[in-house]
Amino acid sequence: MTLSLGHFLSLGAMLFALSVIGIFLNRKNLIVLLMCIELMLLAVNTNFVAFSYYLGDMHGQIFVFFILTVAAAESAIGLALLVLLFRNKSNINVDELNSLKG
Amino acid sequence: MDVKTGLFYLFAAVLLFASFRVITSRNPVYAALYLVLAFFQASAIWLLLRAEFLAIALVLVYVGAVMVLFLFVVMMLDINVDSLREGFWKHFPLAAAIGAIIALEMAGVLMGGFRLNESPHAMASAANSSNTLELGKLLYSQYLYPLEIAAVILLVAIIAAIALTLRTRKDSKHMNPSDQVRVKARDRVRVVQMGVTRPAQPVVEVTPTTGETKP
Repeated sequence: MTLSLGHFLSLGAMLFALSVIGIFLNRKNLIVLLMCIELMLLAVNTNFVAFSYYLGDMHGQIFVFFILTVAAAESAIGLALLVLLFRNKSNINVDELNSLKG
Repeated sequence: MDVKTGLFYLFAAVLLFASFRVITSRNPVYAALYLVLAFFQASAIWLLLRAEFLAIALVLVYVGAVMVLFLFVVMMLDINVDSLREGFWKHFPLAAAIGAIIALEMAGVLMGGFRLNESPHAMASAANSSNTLELGKLLYSQYLYPLEIAAVILLVAIIAAIALTLRTRKDSKHMNPSDQVRVKARDRVRVVQMGVTRPAQPVVEVTPTTGETKP
């Protein structure tokens, strides 16, 4: 039994489903929410790389490269916002982020 | 089952275990460390797919930079874990249902009409030259403009992260050099014109005239 594209896509699907479950479970903890988003992006990137390999097309890997760039920027800004939030509210509970609620 | 398949199953199992521990671990520090493990396993899987440059970039960028940033933030913030954990399993049935739906739908698509099981199209040129060379050729010719946009995005991220977390002390007594340079002599010294202070005159008692008529 050799590896097929389905193996890698199934792995990506399971990883994505796990990170969705993680977002539901850790809906109060902003740090773990950011980590779950990183896991989601990892699953998507795995799909891109698998398609790139099995279709013989390098453009998928280019796309992964740009996703990595944007994800790095996103996590940097997200963590900066997290530090700012902790400085102002002294906790990172998502439930207390209702200052803008009308 | 050849060696590559066995390695894939090993890496996939460790990857899924690590990501499971990421979403369920009690301490965020452990979650970050398990996420590092997950990134390493994903990098190994990408190596199986012959994406060498991206695998190394994943380790360097994520494990080397992003996860260290995560660990710094997690250790810097004093988080009360218990208050964040309350109601942790309350939404678990819904979450499990949605996760199962996602996994089942993907499995249905993959096992159903999606047949791409033939051996991979050999990347004709990539078989001879390195993956990095191919990626670089594409990146610096066809994707040059998106590459520059990505660089601008990183610059924006740097500036935004610094500007958000920069803290200026409000109680520090600092001076403004611009105001200092622009000051004139008349701002410093103000000559006040005042009358000469005379010695007090002896008070002369004046008896008011009684027959004064009022207007």
